[in-house]
Amino acid sequence: MDSGFMHQLLQQLINGLSLGSIYALIALGYTMIYGILKLINFAHGDIYMVGAYIGYVCTTIFHLPFLPSLLIAMAGSAVVGMIIERIAYRPMRNAPRIAILITAIGVSFFLENGMILLASPQPRTFSSEFSASVYHMGGLVINSQQIIILISTVVLMLALTYIVNRTKMGKAMRAVSFDADAARLMGINIDRVIGMTFALGSALAAAGGVLVGVYYNSIDPLMGMAPGIKAFVAAVLGGIGIIPGAMVGGIILGIVEALVSGFISSTFRDAAAFAILILILLYKPQGLFGKNVREKV
Amino acid sequence: MLEVKDLEVYYGAIHAVKGISLKVDDGQIVTLIGSNGAGKSTTLHTISGLIKPKSGSISFDGQELVGVPAHDIVGRGLVQVPEGRHVFSNMSVMENLDMGAYLRNDKDGIARDKEKVFELFPRLFERKGQMAGTLSGGEQQMLAMGRALMSRPRVLLLDEPSMGLAPLLVKEIFSIIKTINDEGTTVLLVEQNANMALSIADHAYVLETGRIVLSGTAAELAASEAVRKAYLGG
Repeated sequence: MDSGFMHQLLQQLINGLSLGSIYALIALGYTMIYGILKLINFAHGDIYMVGAYIGYVCTTIFHLPFLPSLLIAMAGSAVVGMIIERIAYRPMRNAPRIAILITAIGVSFFLENGMILLASPQPRTFSSEFSASVYHMGGLVINSQQIIILISTVVLMLALTYIVNRTKMGKAMRAVSFDADAARLMGINIDRVIGMTFALGSALAAAGGVLVGVYYNSIDPLMGMAPGIKAFVAAVLGGIGIIPGAMVGGIILGIVEALVSGFISSTFRDAAAFAILILILLYKPQGLFGKNVREKV
Repeated sequence: MLEVKDLEVYYGAIHAVKGISLKVDDGQIVTLIGSNGAGKSTTLHTISGLIKPKSGSISFDGQELVGVPAHDIVGRGLVQVPEGRHVFSNMSVMENLDMGAYLRNDKDGIARDKEKVFELFPRLFERKGQMAGTLSGGEQQMLAMGRALMSRPRVLLLDEPSMGLAPLLVKEIFSIIKTINDEGTTVLLVEQNANMALSIADHAYVLETGRIVLSGTAAELAASEAVRKAYLGG
């Protein structure tokens, strides 16, 4: 194998890893909300957009540094997510699934067009303070933004894993997603747990939005559409409802896309994502981490 | 302590409970017996706040429970062990017990109560790290009961604890129910196994298609001709 090929491969793996991290952050929200409400929240990609805009306001208008901006965007989007759940989804809790799905699409349009009204449809660029420093390592190119994306994603995933597995709220989330009525019989306020799930999922998506804003240096009100769908593919790939599945699914998807654009053609990038969706639905519809759940009586 | 009056409950279009009144006094075991579909579980679900009644009242220590959300009812000391156990299969035995103690914050008290649960159900101790989904039916019933006890209930509502269990296990479970009651917890027991239920209960109600058709002390009902014919196999 010639070294040019290895080079290209490693370079694309690095690119794929950063792209995949973004997908994973969005996919986590999809999978958590699906796990708890059995709802595909089609507005989730737009929460990511909202996060990017809050990040833009913080960094570019108020000139805040990266970390506070990231945290403010996460907190702001968490509140937006909770409000959406409260106003749009909670009244539909006992409605047929299709009605809630349509509501989610409505919320998505509302957020996209609301942002167009608020911020104009023109793309915005993040302030130049965030332009990349580029590092060359043995011929490979890594820029500082990719490093920020990777570190942020790892920290957020560790935090989420801790919350879900170790804290009372996390355990309550798992209980509600497994059996909501049994959870109520434990004294768990399921409305509050569902609200918290939206808050957490939205905060992660917002983090993805800010990171993308910093990485690609351009955001617009419709930026959530494609990554929203890609992240959905990632969640299905890992097994929807399964948190580690969303992490791995996102990374795999990002790497596949990077390899396809690096070695074949970037025009086939999106096709690769959907080819994965079709294959997984055909051969392993429960996803990579999914089990056929069998219950003992 | 717990008093249900003229309860009417609809399950969708089905009129499942048609004007039930019953009373559970402090320290008693009261049982609701009757065949499948008589409205026993619906009555329990309504008391627990999982279903809203059409009309009627449920009072607990003089306070109205109708309209109170399910999670608050648990906080007031009324806890249900649902039919079919409903343990959290994806969590360990320990974590299931933690969920039972969800509303409590006294770490030491919770640890002590876990010890108590393990005393009552030694088999759970042997399996404490195991996923609940891998337990046998009897062990899951024990876990569901232990989990409910973790909230320190004043009234324990048990829905068909004998369902699907071997006769020997049923005996074991019922003797544990008796022990729980002896230690001061009031019990409202829903059962199809009328024989076993009447053997430990103080008072009993017989339900048929959403109505109470008979009530009395457990001894009276066990001796009654009608009950023997319909529910006790002779």
